[in-house]
Amino acid sequence: MDKFVKMTAIVAPMDRANVDTDAIIPKQFLKSIKRTGFGPNLFDEWRYEDVGQPDADNSKRPLRKDFVLNQPRYQGAKILLARENFGCGSSREHAPWALKDYGFDVIIAPSFADIFFNNSFKNGILPIILDEKVVDELFNETFANEGYQLTIDLAEQKIIKPNGDAIEFDVDSFRKHCLLNGLDDIGLTLQHSEEIKAYEENRKATKPWLYAN
Amino acid sequence: MSGKTLYDKLWDDHVVRQEEDGTALIYIDRQLLHEVTSPQAFEGLRLAHRKPWRVEANLATCDHNVPTTELKGGVDTIEDPVSRIQVQTLGMNTKEFGITEFGMGDPRQGIVHVVGPEEGMTLPGTTLVCGDSHTATHGALGALAHGIGTSEVEHVLATQCLIQKKMKNMLVKVDGQLKPGVTPKDVILAIIGKIGTAGGTGYAMEFGGQVFRDMSIEGRMTVCNMAIEGGARVGLVGVDEKTIEYVKGRPYAPKGELWDQAVEAWKELRSDDDAVFDKVIEIDGSEIQPQVSWGTSPEMVLDVDGIIPDPDQESDPVKATSIRNALKYMGLEAGTAIKDIPVEYVFIGSCTNSRIEDLRAAANVLKGKKISDKVELAIAVPGSGLVKQQAEAEGLDKIFVEAGFEWRNPGCSMCLAMNADRLPSGKHCASTSNRNFEGRQGAGGRTHLVSPEMAAAAAVAGHFVDVRDYL
Ligand code: SF4
Repeated sequence: MDKFVKMTAIVAPMDRANVDTDAIIPKQFLKSIKRTGFGPNLFDEWRYEDVGQPDADNSKRPLRKDFVLNQPRYQGAKILLARENFGCGSSREHAPWALKDYGFDVIIAPSFADIFFNNSFKNGILPIILDEKVVDELFNETFANEGYQLTIDLAEQKIIKPNGDAIEFDVDSFRKHCLLNGLDDIGLTLQHSEEIKAYEENRKATKPWLYAN
Repeated sequence: MSGKTLYDKLWDDHVVRQEEDGTALIYIDRQLLHEVTSPQAFEGLRLAHRKPWRVEANLATCDHNVPTTELKGGVDTIEDPVSRIQVQTLGMNTKEFGITEFGMGDPRQGIVHVVGPEEGMTLPGTTLVCGDSHTATHGALGALAHGIGTSEVEHVLATQCLIQKKMKNMLVKVDGQLKPGVTPKDVILAIIGKIGTAGGTGYAMEFGGQVFRDMSIEGRMTVCNMAIEGGARVGLVGVDEKTIEYVKGRPYAPKGELWDQAVEAWKELRSDDDAVFDKVIEIDGSEIQPQVSWGTSPEMVLDVDGIIPDPDQESDPVKATSIRNALKYMGLEAGTAIKDIPVEYVFIGSCTNSRIEDLRAAANVLKGKKISDKVELAIAVPGSGLVKQQAEAEGLDKIFVEAGFEWRNPGCSMCLAMNADRLPSGKHCASTSNRNFEGRQGAGGRTHLVSPEMAAAAAVAGHFVDVRDYL
């Protein structure tokens, strides 16, 4: 996993509550057996006029001009501004894969669905929860200013606005450590192999029926 | 000190290592695998030269992509190339890593959440995970079960553990007695209608009270299955005699002396009387009516004699917009009676409602009746090959077919339309599945979540009706 470094990028506003993972990446694209290449189908049903197919050439498909990611002013966005309960619905990790593949490194919302929230960290995306009022303000500023950018400083846990104002945010210390160092979860866990083995031995002794098969 | 909740007990029993910041390394007893969320996990193992920690802890089956129509040539003749590749890949991966798979054609193949309990792979007191958000289903047996993402599937394969933070405790207490014709599906839909789709976010949701004590294990599975639609990753019901009776004799369940030992331990698996929950919701079971969802989120649900809400009467602007969007997508107007919604497709199946009791209940309504000629397609899709066999032994397949249903092979089918079973755009479907999101059953399709009984009655009438008029 790449290390998460301090970044400044364009903000794209996704002004809808309860954006579910079916909308983020429709199911016909889940059939890939790879982890990459989902970006062109991110928000597929909202982004294109036609119904997307896994083998279609996406560059030739008609775009819905009014969809936020199709507007010229939001090209190159790496920060997605969203509403409450973002990422609800199925547990598909293709949702963060698609967001990441498209280029989003940060998602800001008043709340996230649990599974999506966890999956984001595991895929190098930083989900930031901010107060609803603060998110509202960011939406207003993004709409009002073409090319609106934010700086995300994870080490300092700060979002810096173009005018220099800073918004602090909370992040789980372990998740932060992993993102900043690009650490893979499995490697971290296997550092505790001996403890896992000891636990397992004890379990075999006290609950042998779990190991009968 | 106050007592412990069931979730507290299950959690405490599985902590391998506790970090100061609240994260913990949790031991996972069982993992179920299917073809959609596992390929990248196996790919990850291979890329990192890692092996599964405990091969026997895993069981795989294919469900999301499998065709439900007769397929003589097996996997290699699945028409859709991407579906075929996923199903084939699961076969290759499980073989390479030595994991048991119930593949296509095996009578034990089926929807992963039907197969786990049916095989006794799901046991009380275990932690069980699967790369699928409806894993909460297994909590009906007093197991701590929840959905995980593909990276976590890989993590569990490689380490038999997950990194987690403890959730909060929530109790949904439904006391009283259900009215005849009111089913577990109506109970969970009514709960979601009350608490909303985010009402349980961050909580392990235990279902307690008379209604769940009276409910069968399969009914409890229907309820726990949809905990995630109420925002909770975990649904739980305490262990009782019914649980133990259900598990007994299943292929992967303990036998002989080990069985007695296990049962002794399982009896502790319920919340202590003085346990404290962070949030408690109480509902009077006797007031629950048959439910029908009308919108594009499971919380958009009403009693069968309800009237579709008017966004202009909604004071919260975010909610008003959601209602407006939902009405537009569903092609419905505010003020319409639920009973006036036409039903053109009927789907009885999915991990919510495809077990033998569900099929019996639907068949009971259909017996001696014909589906309306307004219904273009009605399908009944058993949850597993074994459910299908059982249903056929009871003659249920004949009742479905005589009524005008198609009787299919097991799989997820039209629950999410990854295979060829798709709801066409603009059509209203009475569906026993769990999600009515836009496009869930097929692009543009209009899903209405109901119980198997209500789906069967709607099939006969050609629009929604109160099943109690049909019993
Ligand atoms: S039946 Fe539907 S909800 Fe259940 S596992 Fe299959 S796709 Fe998921």
